[in-house]
Amino acid sequence: MTIAGTPETASKKAENPEQVIEITSLRKGFGSEVVLSNVSLKLFAGENLVVLGKSGSGKSVLIKCIVRLMEPDEGKIIVLGDDVVAMDRSGLGEMRKKIGFLFQSSALYDSMSVKQNLEFPLRRIKRDLTREQISEKIEEVLENVGLSDAIDKMPSQLSGGMRKRISLARTLIVDPMIMLYDEPTTGLDPVTSDEISILINEVQKKYKTSSVIITHDIACARTTANRIIMLLNGEVYKEGNMVEFEKSDDPLINSFFK
Amino acid sequence: MKILAPVIKVKEIAEKHSIKLVDKTLARTVKAGNFLTEIADAFLFMTRVTRETFSRQFEFREFLNQCYQIGYKTLPLISVTGIIIGLVLTIQTRPALLSFGAVGLLPGMVAISLIREMGPVITALICAGKIGSGMGAELGSMRVTEQIDAMEVSSTNPIKFLVVTRVLAATIMVPILVLYADALGILGSWAGANIKGNVSFVLFFSQAFSQIGFIDFLPALVKTFFFGAIIGFVGCYKGYTAGRGTESVGIAANSAVVLASLLVIIVDLIAVQITDML
Repeated sequence: MTIAGTPETASKKAENPEQVIEITSLRKGFGSEVVLSNVSLKLFAGENLVVLGKSGSGKSVLIKCIVRLMEPDEGKIIVLGDDVVAMDRSGLGEMRKKIGFLFQSSALYDSMSVKQNLEFPLRRIKRDLTREQISEKIEEVLENVGLSDAIDKMPSQLSGGMRKRISLARTLIVDPMIMLYDEPTTGLDPVTSDEISILINEVQKKYKTSSVIITHDIACARTTANRIIMLLNGEVYKEGNMVEFEKSDDPLINSFFK
Repeated sequence: MKILAPVIKVKEIAEKHSIKLVDKTLARTVKAGNFLTEIADAFLFMTRVTRETFSRQFEFREFLNQCYQIGYKTLPLISVTGIIIGLVLTIQTRPALLSFGAVGLLPGMVAISLIREMGPVITALICAGKIGSGMGAELGSMRVTEQIDAMEVSSTNPIKFLVVTRVLAATIMVPILVLYADALGILGSWAGANIKGNVSFVLFFSQAFSQIGFIDFLPALVKTFFFGAIIGFVGCYKGYTAGRGTESVGIAANSAVVLASLLVIIVDLIAVQITDML
């Protein structure tokens, strides 16, 4: 699987190129249950940040708060220099154009073919493209995820791994600056999981994206992580690189890595 | 101590019962609170849908698609239902009218009852079943599988794309379906009249339409717009606000049908009262 074409993202510049996301003292609860109590983290330009944690530790809630699919209760989220929490609807729409979100369930539109799924965000975000340019773009991203022949298929005709790739293609088609991956390898066999993990790395190199990867799959973390953050009880438990985590004597971390 | 024992027992029983009473009262209060919250949510949702309907960038292509899905794809069901209503109404009414020697009034009577009441209400109830449950299930499954979230993060307003288009399409297509059902009902009535009699097509229709006035037609047509809006809104609201689990899809579809049907009947009652005053 190779990545082809020229990215448009290279010309994009964040207000602060070194720090694309900064989260400070984020708190989010559901009723009396507090999921995130005090989370602070930073994502730097061009890096893959893996967020590890047990099921229910609030990993998915964290990235949903970044794009405000969930409203944070307290805290500050700065994305590309702008405060997400204070944004109005139109500002939020503009900010979301710069972020790609790969959902755990792939979230392909069932009633649309692969081609229509890819056209959907493109027609809304890049309104000035001609029909030929749209077709070229679709072919390019499908080639990038290795599924050029799936263009006319319906989502129901695709396997889990194929759905993930098409979903990735759908987010890449609008040239995002930041990628948020919610459990990208969940429910996939080890071989397909490895392929997706490699694809995440290729996307980072090719599209110069900065990524937050939510996972509890250590193999995926090993392949993709430049830096790792581990969540526990709604707080950041440990931060470091893969070597630091693997050499750790902490029994809790060891239970993840061994 | 012997005297005190029954007193302590009575106290225990009283405490136990008072706790039960408090629990029951709390449960009822929570239920009432949930009901009021649901009403407030529905009102906020309706406000948002109304605001988005009149805002810029109307999703015209999706609106046409929904008109096709709601209108064209419901035609077979409405055709069969319309013909059968007219047929059954005629077969059941004819003997009674015959006994009074008033069989000549049959076309007019059937036409009035079809246009005023039977056509709109039965068509709306069928649409509530087909369209309302379809919307509830479709949007509910989109919610469960994060498709609505995906739409939102790709800078598309899901209320505008999914809800406004469906509510408007239902509001426009249900009256058209009702008119179609009325026409087929009268056709079915003519067929029914010809089972035991011999009435020409032209004579039957001219007799039917000679009895129908403006007051029969217009209020009935106006209320069908409300029926359509209710079906579209309830279906979308139940689907859009469905929970995260797969069982929520079934619940959304089911409650959409039940609530839409109930509201259609209630609005019909109000419409009849208003028409009666005219």
